[in-house]
Amino acid sequence: MIDKGERRMADSQYVLEARGVIKIFGSQTALDSVDFGLRRGEVHALLGENGAGKSTLIKILTGAYQPDGGQVLVDGAPVTLDNPLHAQTHGIGTVYQEVNLLPNRSVAENLYLGHQPTRFGLVDHRKMERDARVLLTRYGLDLDPGSELGSHSVAVQQIVAIARAVELSGKVLILDEPTASLDRNEVERLFEVIGDLKRAGLAIIFITHFLDQVFAISDRVTVLRNGRLVETQVLDALSRTDVVRLMLGKDIAFSGATDLEPENPTTDVLLQFSGYGRKNGVAPFDLTIHKGEVIGVAGLLGSGRTEMARIMFGADPADQGSLRVNDKPANVRNTTDAITLGFGFCPEDRKAEGILGDLSVRENIIIALQGKLGWFKALNRDEQLEIAGRFGESMDIRAASLDMPVKLLSGGNQQKVILSRWLATDPAFLILDEPTRGIDVGAHAEIVRTINRLRDDGMAMVVISSELDEVVAYSSRIVVMRDRKMVAELRGKNINPGVIVQAIANNPDEATP
Amino acid sequence: MRRLRLDRLANPQLLALVGVLAINWLLFPSFFHVTWQDGRFFGSFIDVLNRGAPVAILAIGMTGVIATKGVDLSVGAIMAVCGAVAATMVVAGYPAPIAIIAALAVGLACGLWNGFLVAVLDIQPIVATLVLMVAGRGIAQLITEGSIVTFNDPSLIFVGTGSFLGFPMAAVIAVVLMVLVTLLVRRTAIGLFIQAIGVNRAAASLAGIHSRMLLMLVYALSGLCAAIAGIVVAADIRGADANNSGLWLELDAILAVVIGGTSLLGGRFSIPMAVVGALIIQAMNTGILVSGFPPEFNLVVKAGMIILILLLQSPYAALPFKRRPAASNKTASS
Amino acid sequence: MKRSLRPLAATAVIFIIAYGLAVLQFPNMLSTRVLGNFLTDNAFLGIAAVGMTFVIISGGIDLSVGAVIGFTGVLIAVLTSWLGIHPLVAFAIALGVAALFGAAMGFTIHFLQVPSFIVTLAGMFLARGGASIITQDSVPIKHEFYATLGDLMIRLPGGGKLSFIGMLMILIFLGGALLAHRTKFGSYVYALGGNSVSASLMGVPVARTTVQIYMLSSTLAALAGIVFSLYTSAGYPLAAVGVELDAISAVVIGGTLLTGGYGFVLGTFVGVMLLGLVQTYIIFDGTLSSWWTKIVIGVLLFLFIVLQRVIFAASAPGEKSPEKV
Repeated sequence: MIDKGERRMADSQYVLEARGVIKIFGSQTALDSVDFGLRRGEVHALLGENGAGKSTLIKILTGAYQPDGGQVLVDGAPVTLDNPLHAQTHGIGTVYQEVNLLPNRSVAENLYLGHQPTRFGLVDHRKMERDARVLLTRYGLDLDPGSELGSHSVAVQQIVAIARAVELSGKVLILDEPTASLDRNEVERLFEVIGDLKRAGLAIIFITHFLDQVFAISDRVTVLRNGRLVETQVLDALSRTDVVRLMLGKDIAFSGATDLEPENPTTDVLLQFSGYGRKNGVAPFDLTIHKGEVIGVAGLLGSGRTEMARIMFGADPADQGSLRVNDKPANVRNTTDAITLGFGFCPEDRKAEGILGDLSVRENIIIALQGKLGWFKALNRDEQLEIAGRFGESMDIRAASLDMPVKLLSGGNQQKVILSRWLATDPAFLILDEPTRGIDVGAHAEIVRTINRLRDDGMAMVVISSELDEVVAYSSRIVVMRDRKMVAELRGKNINPGVIVQAIANNPDEATP
Repeated sequence: MRRLRLDRLANPQLLALVGVLAINWLLFPSFFHVTWQDGRFFGSFIDVLNRGAPVAILAIGMTGVIATKGVDLSVGAIMAVCGAVAATMVVAGYPAPIAIIAALAVGLACGLWNGFLVAVLDIQPIVATLVLMVAGRGIAQLITEGSIVTFNDPSLIFVGTGSFLGFPMAAVIAVVLMVLVTLLVRRTAIGLFIQAIGVNRAAASLAGIHSRMLLMLVYALSGLCAAIAGIVVAADIRGADANNSGLWLELDAILAVVIGGTSLLGGRFSIPMAVVGALIIQAMNTGILVSGFPPEFNLVVKAGMIILILLLQSPYAALPFKRRPAASNKTASS
Repeated sequence: MKRSLRPLAATAVIFIIAYGLAVLQFPNMLSTRVLGNFLTDNAFLGIAAVGMTFVIISGGIDLSVGAVIGFTGVLIAVLTSWLGIHPLVAFAIALGVAALFGAAMGFTIHFLQVPSFIVTLAGMFLARGGASIITQDSVPIKHEFYATLGDLMIRLPGGGKLSFIGMLMILIFLGGALLAHRTKFGSYVYALGGNSVSASLMGVPVARTTVQIYMLSSTLAALAGIVFSLYTSAGYPLAAVGVELDAISAVVIGGTLLTGGYGFVLGTFVGVMLLGLVQTYIIFDGTLSSWWTKIVIGVLLFLFIVLQRVIFAASAPGEKSPEKV
């Protein structure tokens, strides 16, 4: 199948190319004139934080979205890709993070669904399974093709998905975070397969959050940020720190070192996490948090930062270690326990886990307080309006009415609503997961102002953010996460984004400033 | 508050009810003609209230279930079971209040069973409630031993055929229940929490709301409402008919709730509007009867109503009103 | 053993044990006569259940089955008895009407993106109401062709008879099994039930397949209606009320997952036979009343739903395995 691409190779140096691609969603520009070119026989890593435009670009390259400007070229010829199936006929196959196969069907059927060999008009299972066995051997898999796909590990399913994609398309393979749920050995196995395919001439786009993996198999790298192309570079020319810097942006200067907020040893300790962790979540960590202190959490996507927040809040309760609150032992088994202890949590995915879209702004603001009060101590409408109005004003929530559905607000205002929801419960400790992502400049400033104000009022906070200079500005300490472990706790003077970038990248070869 | 009430009067459900009643009036000019006889009102309109009561009572309970993204297919069968319990107990010589309490307790137990399957065993509501839908009628027949158990207990009969201030008892029960349940969910935080888990269970859970107890509550309430409806129907015909009591009424109740503006996808709900929905269905029933069509014509009209509502709620109908182009994955599958 | 085979194996074991116990008590139950009647009496249910199996495997449900059976009976009775049309022509018309009807339901389900139960509920009202509008009474069918079909049977050793409709049911089951397991259409049905998003990304024609599934279900329901009319020699608008529930029960007891993705057409056959056994046993016993059938079916349904929950809970489709590091 692969040599089909070889025959049709045009004079273009790129198998698949995006030229000046633009994609707009409502008022947001998701992709702003992005260029991207993929060569034969290369593994090309596509990097960027959430909202950088990676997934939008992939969706355009696979035909799931149509670009609002610019064009997509295959072998140098402009094409219109109607949908992923159409892209497949142009030789472009995709494997998604969540294996998009059918766990309820056999491995062979997953390989050949829609293209099953037939005999007298009936599916020839025997031939299909024989073909499947031969094909799987090429991918180093020795398993019964008749077995249910769901009975195999995610890694095997991932390889089956790759085999199907290559078999049906054969020119370009897009791997969208294929390693997110694999362990180390499985990743290595996957990389062997990718290496073989690359040597066979396949062009591969590889999306991941793990820098190690980028450096392990990629030839070139393209970094996107805020919908723009930052750089396309041969990987050998870049250090880890360079890559992290490109991803997090802001031309981080190593000179302008800021001092972190001085830790104030006179204030009381609020929380002591010791050996706190969760199997398959985050490795045990120790962390002490004082009142009136902001702990910044830095780390790339997938580093375990969100998992840490969920463990602290009891959404995925810890299964090891202990917690003391105000120097008394405490147990957080679920979110109710956390809320009773005065915790609050603004999740990263606002739409899926934050807002109650069809409910009003007012109801969204009072819901956590009401949850704390229980079924029968209901806030009446006037009380609700008073609370919602108070926060609406102090947080500057721009809503036509407090009774309008919250889903109609802009992202920034939704974020303020969720923040208000927790402030209404008068929390002692707030966990904010990417509170400023994907929101407009005004709302961004408002949220940073609020964080500062709350800290000065004595609230303890953990803030997860990719905006490093911002984190440096309001934090008293910075915790760095990598590979689901807390790898560093930065404190004191001379902390700047550059130092953090290095801690994230952790390249021992590079000198610390 | 005051302005809101005015808005509510102009909502589509009430307009539809007025429309259906108006058509009835045109087809049958004496439709609104109400007479006073033997200390109670009589007339077609009063008949609508009386006959619509069982579905209205079921719809009150069904609303809560549908608001949590669930559905309760077993209410018709629970009606039969509870009617059978009440009837056989009075026939066996128990006083009517005891029989009624026993029937209500059985309905509550059925509801808790459904709630247990949905909330604790995490079985899909349509699947979970199917069990009682199938077995319920058998249980009812087991209680009545296959016959229609008739009774003469005046207090029990009063529940179905008596009157209060001239209005039929069944309608009075439906209204009182509607007010009580509405107060229960609106004066407490229960209504808000039900909506929250119906809209976004993950977000509601992160906001500290636990869905398990709420789910148990809504299914228990639905079972209880079915018990009340079952008693009313049994009292009305002075007998428990295990085969036909409440047959297909679960579907009418679901329809009433959907007409009342509660989405099958959960979220915002209105109990009074579901009751209005039940009245719309009954007004059409009555209209078809009085204008001489065969009663089965009703089924065709109901089918038409479902199709109309599905069209109105479909993504295509909403398209012109969408405020923001959704950047959803739907494009991927189109 | 494959995970998906376990509920079916459980059904088969229950059937064999139950049948064994029944035979111990009433040795007569092991006669070809009883077996033949088994097939004849459940033929219409079995045929409808084959269509229901496809619907449920695809992740849907069809509540209109009983109503379509009733409608078909009335339509055929009216066409043959009132209009004098030959039954075969009437059959063709009924099957065609049902196919269109099912296609309309499938179309609505797919394009309006609404739950199948509400659409097929409307279908049920429509079919039942339509039948009642045509006639409210039972219309007898007196046609020599019916008598001919009625006499068509294979005599079994031991005095039993395998009737035409019993054979037809077996044929439909075999055809259904072939369709489900040996055709692309079959694999698409399973794909939709497994994960419709993946299915569409893998190139399954989701819209076409959905329409075809409901067409198949309604057409088989109409065939069940034909069989029912042969069985009763009449068309009655309120015939076969609640048969959809029996069909769903047979499908689930036969090892098909109610949430879709897993199941066997031949499993449904075992399910139908198990339901038939319960009924026959109750008739043989004589002291047990008919309502025990419903209770036993309900209990079996519950047991199988919980069993499936236990077997498939470990890794439900779409859930990520927790084997992260």
